[in-house]
Amino acid sequence: MTEDVVPVMKIGDTLLVALHGDLDDTTVIQIEEQLTREVARTGASGMLIDVSRLSVVDSFIARVLARIVAMVRLLGAQAAVVGIQPAVAITLVELGVPMGHLDTALNAEQGLALLERLRRADTGTDRP
Amino acid sequence: MTAAGAVTDREPSVFDILDESDLIRVRKVLRTEAEAVGLNLVDATKLITAGSELARNILNYAAGHRGRVTVEQVQRQSRRGVRATFADDGPGIEDIDAALTDGFSTRGSMGLGLPGARRLVDDMTLTSAAGSGTTVVIVKWQR
Repeated sequence: MTEDVVPVMKIGDTLLVALHGDLDDTTVIQIEEQLTREVARTGASGMLIDVSRLSVVDSFIARVLARIVAMVRLLGAQAAVVGIQPAVAITLVELGVPMGHLDTALNAEQGLALLERLRRADTGTDRP
Repeated sequence: MTAAGAVTDREPSVFDILDESDLIRVRKVLRTEAEAVGLNLVDATKLITAGSELARNILNYAAGHRGRVTVEQVQRQSRRGVRATFADDGPGIEDIDAALTDGFSTRGSMGLGLPGARRLVDDMTLTSAAGSGTTVVIVKWQR
């Protein structure tokens, strides 16, 4: 499937995508495919996935988000999930979804700073 | 079925789980009822997420069988709550204790659905036997 399901913004070297509404499983999978494709196509070095307008993140959506981040890394870029709502964070932790390995930030602005740190760590310029 | 208190005189929402678009419907109905009884945002989110997991279980484990969700408001003394029943005519659960254990899965998933849903609600009862379907009842009370 090559249909674009979400708008993706490119700011400098970073892709920004905002998810919202109530996502069904098919749409979530389409988003995964689209985002992976976009990173490869644009050669972006980072991607922020803003989930601040997702009112529900169940274990399926959480798993796919983690998968997207892993795929983006395999493509040589960095990805972070930003804007997880407090109620969603509490729910995910109690549900038991392992998200500890995900890079996350409170909002898009802090997410950009996080990506910058990750990129520097990646190229080694951050090391003494 | 469960000691969840009396059902209010409001009509329950009853609908079949046929495909994944019904997951959206489950979440929507649960959100409406959670707001109607005055659950706070965190409790509403937990209820909706638990419902989403249980409805997905019906699609994953009872595919091709009848699956039905009933959502109703309940009351115990002055406290109101939402009760949701997820019933299917699927193959049933052979080992309920195992199914309620984190990480147990017969389908290569993370095995979080049932134990995770149980942590998110105030009360969960599971009735099942091999060959006779599964019924899961969850209740979330207003604080």
